[in-house]
Amino acid sequence: MEAASARALVAPVRHRRLLGAGRWLLDQVLNLYAALALLYLLLPIGIIVLFSFNDPVGRFNFTWQGFTLDNWKEPFGVPGLEEALVNSMEIAALSTVIATALGTMMALALVRYPFRARAATNFFIFLPLATPEVVLGAALLSLFIAVSYSTGFTTILIAHVMFNISFVVVTVRSRLIGFDRSLEEAAQDLGANGFQTFIRVTLPLIAPGVLAAALLAFALSVDDFVITNFNAGSTVTFPLFVWGAARVAIPPQIYIIATMIFFVTLVMMLLTVVQQRRAARMSAVRPEPV
Amino acid sequence: MSFLQRRRGLLPYLLLAPGLAWLLLFFLVPLYYMARQSLEEGTIFTGFEFAWNFQSYTDAIANYDEQILRSFLYGGMATLIAFAIGFPLAYAIAFRGGRWKNALLLLVIVPFFVTYLIRTLSWQTILEDNGWVVNALQFVGILADDGRLLATTAAVVAGITYNFLPFMILPVYASLERIDGRMLEAGYDLYGTRRAVFTRVTLPLAAPGVVAGSLLTFIPAVGDFINAELLGTPRQTMIGNVIQSRYLELTDYPTAAALSFILMALVLVVVLIWARIVGTESLMGVEAR
Repeated sequence: MEAASARALVAPVRHRRLLGAGRWLLDQVLNLYAALALLYLLLPIGIIVLFSFNDPVGRFNFTWQGFTLDNWKEPFGVPGLEEALVNSMEIAALSTVIATALGTMMALALVRYPFRARAATNFFIFLPLATPEVVLGAALLSLFIAVSYSTGFTTILIAHVMFNISFVVVTVRSRLIGFDRSLEEAAQDLGANGFQTFIRVTLPLIAPGVLAAALLAFALSVDDFVITNFNAGSTVTFPLFVWGAARVAIPPQIYIIATMIFFVTLVMMLLTVVQQRRAARMSAVRPEPV
Repeated sequence: MSFLQRRRGLLPYLLLAPGLAWLLLFFLVPLYYMARQSLEEGTIFTGFEFAWNFQSYTDAIANYDEQILRSFLYGGMATLIAFAIGFPLAYAIAFRGGRWKNALLLLVIVPFFVTYLIRTLSWQTILEDNGWVVNALQFVGILADDGRLLATTAAVVAGITYNFLPFMILPVYASLERIDGRMLEAGYDLYGTRRAVFTRVTLPLAAPGVVAGSLLTFIPAVGDFINAELLGTPRQTMIGNVIQSRYLELTDYPTAAALSFILMALVLVVVLIWARIVGTESLMGVEAR
């Protein structure tokens, strides 16, 4: 009897210690697994940066031959590459401005005004996100074929604004929820009209969300291949150039441009993070509502 | 502005109008034209004519059943693998990340800073026949001496998984990160074991993120054709490859349009089943992150 109860007292302790070892092991396994997953995510990026310094033999840049800086001296040393890049940047800039303006207005309407058909509108805006890109691109091409509009720069721009709007709405909307409306009321109490309130109070407050949406739209536009491919006509953007090149030859310049875009995006991203930190710190200074 | 102040009820509609018009004109109307196109008859040489030709649908299914099936198989596999890789990573970042959380999260989205196509080309480089990965696998005997990774199903599925993995990680992380630590403590206080707390508290609370993540991974994965094109062979072609080549290379518009609708319908069915299981609210809410 006594022995049994003693064992009952000791057992959980030993059990717990065993469990502690198991837990430690499990933790280490999880950390290792997470590290490997991160490695999987980052490996191709490292390869791109590395192979931009490769000195390839032949037309394809697939096997490591030797280190060279020659290609970095001529990042645009491939015919057509510079023009494609300029097209991409122009389309990205224009589509970002249009989509961000339209999408922000929609997000404001959806979050702040209870109106009929809000749920239906939400669903309609969600639909393009739930549609495979091939279908979006192919459908748009059907329209342009049906109305005999020749595809090119304008049609790419139309397509990019179309797929970016939903992303902008979703991004801005998530920042608008939790927006403190008493600040706007204060502005109006101080005699500001609706327009002044919007420009001087609302817009600065939602600016981080709008900026995030614009960055996302820009990145998606520069990156898009599938939808662009359907509606490009003879206009070539950077991804289309890469696609064309992938079949005949892959010059190191493609990886150089990719490396450049990568680091520019990274720096922009870090700057946004820093800016948002500062904004958060400043809003933390604001006195608490009583 | 005074006009607007008098009629405040109009404001939301005015704000919505331009964006909605754009989506109507360049998303919905194109679907109508594609539907029309799918029922047309003819060739690019004789011209196409509208003819309620439903045969393009039955033909498309009969001719491309293999590609349709393969797309959903690859998409499903990629989603499952992305979950297997992404959930533990998201969990580790959310609960072990500490002050490094944001930095680690940045590493997760770093692949997006490189053009999609180039990421895939990079995989081509990694899996190359004379590359170090193949050589290493041949050396340890996992791969036969003439075995290759490129141009296999594994390469295509791995490529798809890679390209959409962050879409899985981000929503899962968002819902894990939002879990109130007190909930977990309550679980332990109620004598829950670690496993019980995980399966009965953490997992249900993470479910909306998992649902959103799997949709965000599955939808683009099913429609993808770039990985099959660059990492696979004609034996790995997916429905996206067929749509792309039928539209742009063979100008067989009716078949391509019909296939697009079949793809869209099947994807919508999957989405609706998911929505049925979890409710549309969480679908729309978490997808925002």
